[in-house]
Amino acid sequence: MDIKRVKDYIYWLYYQYLLITCSYVLEPWERSMFHTITVTVFAMVVYTAYVFVPIHVRLAFEFFSQIFGSQPESTVS
Amino acid sequence: MANPSAVCNGHLHHHHQKQNNLLKSGIYKKNGITKGMKKNGVSNGTLHKKTITEHFEQAPMYVAVLTFLGFGVGTIFGYLRDFMRAWGLEKRNVAAEREQQKDFVPLYQDFENFYTRNLYMRIRDNWNRPICSVPGPQFDLMERVTDDYNWTFRFTGRTIKNVINMGSYNYLGFAETDVNALKTVTIELQKYGTGICSTRQEMGSLDKHVELEKLVAKFLGVEDAMVFGMGFATNSMNIPALVGKGCLILSDELNHTSLVLGARLSGATIRIFKHNNMQSLEKLLRDAIIYGQPRSRRAWRKILILVEGIYSMEGSIVRLPEIVFLKKKYKAYLYLDEAHSIGAVGATGRGVVEYFGMSPDDVDVLMGTFTKSFGAAGGYIAGKKDLVDFLRTHSHSAVYATSMCPPVAEQIIRAMKCLMGLDGTTQGLQRVRQLGKNTRYFRRRLHEMGFIIYGNDDSPVVPLLLYMPGKIGAFARRMLEKNIGVVVVGFPATPITESRARFCVSAAHTREMLDTVLNALDELGDFLHLKYSRYSKSSHPELYEETRLELED
Ligand SMILES: Cc1ncc(COP(=O)(O)O)c(C=O)c1O
Repeated sequence: MDIKRVKDYIYWLYYQYLLITCSYVLEPWERSMFHTITVTVFAMVVYTAYVFVPIHVRLAFEFFSQIFGSQPESTVS
Repeated sequence: MANPSAVCNGHLHHHHQKQNNLLKSGIYKKNGITKGMKKNGVSNGTLHKKTITEHFEQAPMYVAVLTFLGFGVGTIFGYLRDFMRAWGLEKRNVAAEREQQKDFVPLYQDFENFYTRNLYMRIRDNWNRPICSVPGPQFDLMERVTDDYNWTFRFTGRTIKNVINMGSYNYLGFAETDVNALKTVTIELQKYGTGICSTRQEMGSLDKHVELEKLVAKFLGVEDAMVFGMGFATNSMNIPALVGKGCLILSDELNHTSLVLGARLSGATIRIFKHNNMQSLEKLLRDAIIYGQPRSRRAWRKILILVEGIYSMEGSIVRLPEIVFLKKKYKAYLYLDEAHSIGAVGATGRGVVEYFGMSPDDVDVLMGTFTKSFGAAGGYIAGKKDLVDFLRTHSHSAVYATSMCPPVAEQIIRAMKCLMGLDGTTQGLQRVRQLGKNTRYFRRRLHEMGFIIYGNDDSPVVPLLLYMPGKIGAFARRMLEKNIGVVVVGFPATPITESRARFCVSAAHTREMLDTVLNALDELGDFLHLKYSRYSKSSHPELYEETRLELED
């Protein structure tokens, strides 16, 4: 029962995606092309985020900890 | 005059402020419908008692963004397909420039061609669908399929039976095949046949026409009237007879093509005012009086204001009292096209003039068509005898066009007599009342469901906003699957971001039919995510008390 509801919901989401991006009106080959492009772009965004975000977060963390962390040290020395 | 620009009651957070304005301008005292005014309605009470409740709710911002996204994707794929066509990768199905004409001005490269070729073509199956029965409350459609994505269609020979018709302008349900109702028409058909084969000025004036013209004049309460065989030509051929060079036409921006064509053919200068916006109109009138004609600065010979009764794409009703006030103040003429409003509004179906409780003498040229409420064909022009006599001799429609065929004239006479109660029944009045009831019911339910619908609460034309291009196709196809025929409208008939479906409520629709349609809409509205309205649902019910139903049977 619940599986069916989830399935319906996923179908609804997919349908919304079709309608909003206007790919609903495209011919099948265009639609698959469009899907490929969106999926690729999306995958690349996710991958980039996965690769770069942790590095940047770490760098930012180090940067801020340097500013706030080193302040008392410098006054002491 | 209350501020007419406040009529677009788009954003919730403006309400409070508006309410204050209304209180200040003293309308609050005048018409006691406080609840309606607080939430939605904006009245312009000083000129007339009637509260105009018109809705033009704006969609949330994200809808516009997504609409453009949709059009963007469509356009990109359009360019791709055009590219493929240009390089011979795909068969060309449309007209293209010939090789020899390569260096001439391109013929098929403007935006509208692109749009037709690459966007409209994809959902073309929702338009121009042939029907094969009387377009009453239910009709039959010819089933058709396409094998090449809407470039060509093939009829399967089957019909789709008993589709609920929400698209025909059959406001009073006079498009019918009931043998009893059509008895007189049959008699006339046998007496006169169908063809006239001549014009009004030659041998095409029949006693039927005279009878019809007398009846129309009586119905409208004017001195004289003239009927024409075609409504479109009534506008486009009579305006040039009335105004010409050195005259000024002030035209509403949403006027029907027939009015636009007439105005252009006349050779007069045309200025456009914003839809139903009295400040815009007054500014144009004032400028016209102050500055006169360009360069020569002579006064304009005539100033003619062109408006419609009910606007068929917005469902709004013209602000006639203010227009008449302005027209009198600035001594202009008024041409009112009642194509959709005659028969459909007013307590006894006499159009917007009656709706606002005004006198027909206030309007100089009353025009209307018999195509809609009367279930026939043709149009009329009514007004002072001088005017009509002038048109009889000067209108191209009278001199060159074949006159109306007698069975059609008889159908109009029958419908009009029914409406006036001259046939000894109250059926006509019942139809008008039924239409009013159906309209208010349909509009109220749609509001409650949370759709954005445009227009006046009393207008039987109900546009429901769809916005996104993909949803136009999906909506019409899925409605047809549920056996409901709807009209969807997109660019260029509407602004590009405001695609819509347009329902025309009829007196012939039963409550069950409307409920079927409403239930289907409710379901589809959730599925396609069409319920954009941001008014809280609980605030709606009390807004639409049926205050005008004192005639209830
Ligand atoms: C405002 C208006 N005027 C004139 C016409 C033309 O009338 P007919 O269809 O009778 O030619 C129409 C038709 O849609 C209309 O909407």
